[in-house]
Amino acid sequence: MSPTLLQVDGLKKRYGALDVLKGISFDLAKGETLSLIGPSGSGKSTCLRCLNFLERPNEGSVLLEGERIGQLPQKHGGFRFMSDRELAPQRREIGMVFQLFYLWPHLNVRDNVALGSIKAGGLSKAEAYELADEMLDKVHLSQKAGEFPERLSGGQQQRVAIARALAQRPKLMLFDEPTSALDPELVGEVLNVIRELAEEGRSMILVTHEIRFARDVADRVIFMDGGHIVEQGRAADVINRPQLERTRNFLGQVAAPMERCA
Amino acid sequence: MTPRLDVFGGILATLMAGAVTAAEVAAGAFAMALAAGLLLAVLSTFARSRALQLAIAAYTEWMRNVPALAHLFVIYFGLAAIGLRLSPKLAAILGLGLVGAAVLCDVFAAALRSLHVGQRESALSVGMTPWQTLRHVLLPQMLRLAWPSLGNYTSQLLKDTSIASAIAAPEIMFFARNLVTSTFETTLVYVAAMLLYALMVLPISWGFARLEHRMEHSR
Repeated sequence: MSPTLLQVDGLKKRYGALDVLKGISFDLAKGETLSLIGPSGSGKSTCLRCLNFLERPNEGSVLLEGERIGQLPQKHGGFRFMSDRELAPQRREIGMVFQLFYLWPHLNVRDNVALGSIKAGGLSKAEAYELADEMLDKVHLSQKAGEFPERLSGGQQQRVAIARALAQRPKLMLFDEPTSALDPELVGEVLNVIRELAEEGRSMILVTHEIRFARDVADRVIFMDGGHIVEQGRAADVINRPQLERTRNFLGQVAAPMERCA
Repeated sequence: MTPRLDVFGGILATLMAGAVTAAEVAAGAFAMALAAGLLLAVLSTFARSRALQLAIAAYTEWMRNVPALAHLFVIYFGLAAIGLRLSPKLAAILGLGLVGAAVLCDVFAAALRSLHVGQRESALSVGMTPWQTLRHVLLPQMLRLAWPSLGNYTSQLLKDTSIASAIAAPEIMFFARNLVTSTFETTLVYVAAMLLYALMVLPISWGFARLEHRMEHSR
């Protein structure tokens, strides 16, 4: 068993009267790929966004290699939230890929990938661009380095976003529905890149509706519904032989159209 | 005809001194409006203090809904009444700058708010600080969006320097009125003044439009 990378304990998140996360706890081993699945509104994305504190959980803790993320111990006990400024070095350790890419439209592809390394990674420009080229090669987009994002397809944009996150040399990669905004014919190229990363043994958490992909690529799957973890286990077990009625219903609903297409 | 042209040339030469003052007032007010407007826009968009946001909103509403001329009078005559005597030129820079700060604050804040929140989140998530995020990701995009409005504001500002003649700042309209009373060449003098304004404002408008075109085609 490889050592634990991430420990998530008792995450709760409320928006006003709405409980989105009702106490989420799980661990991630180093090199493990974990997939969060579940219906819309089940809290998967919120959960992911709490891991790098783009959302502040109301309760609970996140430890990356034993270091508490986003919260500082106080002299008189208890914790306070870090400011975005204080969080910056910790966020640098965690790469994040968004559903809508969020590339920076005023910078070309190469600058999109290199900017973080220059401003936040302490790299010289030459080093940052060298690293950027290496990462663009990894996502098979070296030939697009000089283009601006709006000239790229959605799939290409998402691969640039992945390269941008990889350039952080992160301990952990988070993917928030990375293919949900893509035209169907562009999904494959993004999933292929993610698969290659998983095979390299990167530590990743992937929120996705691509159930079959989750089964094939993830080591472990967590099924969430209504802000709870309903079922979890080895990916093939949860998806092929779900134990609980709720999991079966959900998988039945998403599998039906999947089979039709197959 | 020839003597009239001579007179016209003389008028233009006299008004040129005013054009220099107008340009100085515009440049000073522009610098002030740009710096203060940017600061206010960023604060009103990102500061968590509700009181601060309300204060900024009150400021911009007040400055924008009262004529600039009234602001100039208050700054020039009002401050003098409590012992602070500013030169007409300085009062004009201050007055137009304060109004411009409110105008540009609204322009910049609207542009900043129109950027998707994901732009900020993706920048924070690569480990940039809020300041780096603002400087390298949000402001460049904001400036592109605000560019046409900034151009309009700048040419409007140059024209608005004419109201500084009301507090006897030695700019174009001030000299023009003096010339009219001494030469009675009313039409000739004011047409010359118009020409001078056009000569100053047109290159500014063209410059902004040109840069806008360049920005659109650089991506």
